[in-house]
Amino acid sequence: MRRARVTLIWAALITAIGVPIALAAASPYLQWRDAVYIAAGFAGILALGLLLVQPLLIAGYLPRLLAYRARRVHHWIGGALVLALLVHVAGLWITSPPDMADALLFRSPTPFSPFGVVAMWGVFAVALLALFRRRLGPRTWRVAHLSLAVVIVACSVVHAVLIEGTMETMSKAALCALVVIAAGKVIFDVWARNKKPAR
Amino acid sequence: MTSIVFNRRNLLAAGGSVLASGLLLPARAQGVAPTQSMPGGANNYQKGAPIVNRIGKGGFVMSGTVRRAGDGAPLAGQRIQIWAHTIEGREEDERSHGATLTDKNGAFRLDMPQIIPIFGQPHGHLAYDSGEFKTVFLRPVMRSAKDTSLEAHFVLQPA
Repeated sequence: MRRARVTLIWAALITAIGVPIALAAASPYLQWRDAVYIAAGFAGILALGLLLVQPLLIAGYLPRLLAYRARRVHHWIGGALVLALLVHVAGLWITSPPDMADALLFRSPTPFSPFGVVAMWGVFAVALLALFRRRLGPRTWRVAHLSLAVVIVACSVVHAVLIEGTMETMSKAALCALVVIAAGKVIFDVWARNKKPAR
Repeated sequence: MTSIVFNRRNLLAAGGSVLASGLLLPARAQGVAPTQSMPGGANNYQKGAPIVNRIGKGGFVMSGTVRRAGDGAPLAGQRIQIWAHTIEGREEDERSHGATLTDKNGAFRLDMPQIIPIFGQPHGHLAYDSGEFKTVFLRPVMRSAKDTSLEAHFVLQPA
């Protein structure tokens, strides 16, 4: 019984991230894009998928992962997220420098661009703060990380939903909804737990 | 046919300029306001694209009109440059660029390959950059990536 539950949870997570990636890999648009642009796009999709893993890890929802190990994986995936975003931005820059420059300078005509850029800076900020979290103290670190997590999740989802690209609409919407639900629940729980009067 | 003439940005821009000219220059309040360049319109522009019968193998129609600011008179023989990310090439590829001239009614129409979404939006680029009038770069967005035509309209003011 427990084994079935463990399998189910992991299968659900792999499906939630794998299906959107598989459907994007079947997109007809890919045949008219070069390798760098395709890599940039999939780095973005992967980053969205990682946003679903992060709250599940830190809240201990993923079975068979001990708490301290889950926390360590959370850190590594945070690093992977930074890397994925660097590939995303660099690849788009190589594909069309003027369009990427417009996006980074917040003067792009596409409504989703500023959301993506804000989410990117949010991720970079968390990564930077994480390096100094011991010096920040647990309370400051928690408030900073949670606030930035809200910004990252909200902006990433708006960014993804507004883009007309290789992602299939329904699977993209489903992944975005899961990211919002997972992050929302975990952020709310942590916030509520720390709101309680002195233990 | 798709029309991007009366999208919100154009209306705001046109409305704003009508308002401004009406407030600042009451004597010239009537008339057609000049088209403003759109953000990102000049991206991947290559000066001097050749006049062609069609870009690549065609299959998609880019059309529009060119008129004079003020009286709105059609402008014939004006060179409009067009480029986009299509099934035959990327925006920065030379073969994705071409130009056409307006007829006596100020209308232009150029066959080009099917436009597909790039950078998250299915869009085309057009330029008037011939010197006689002020340069204008447009970046119309298709309502649907499945559309097989797109329109863009220019109202030019003297340089």
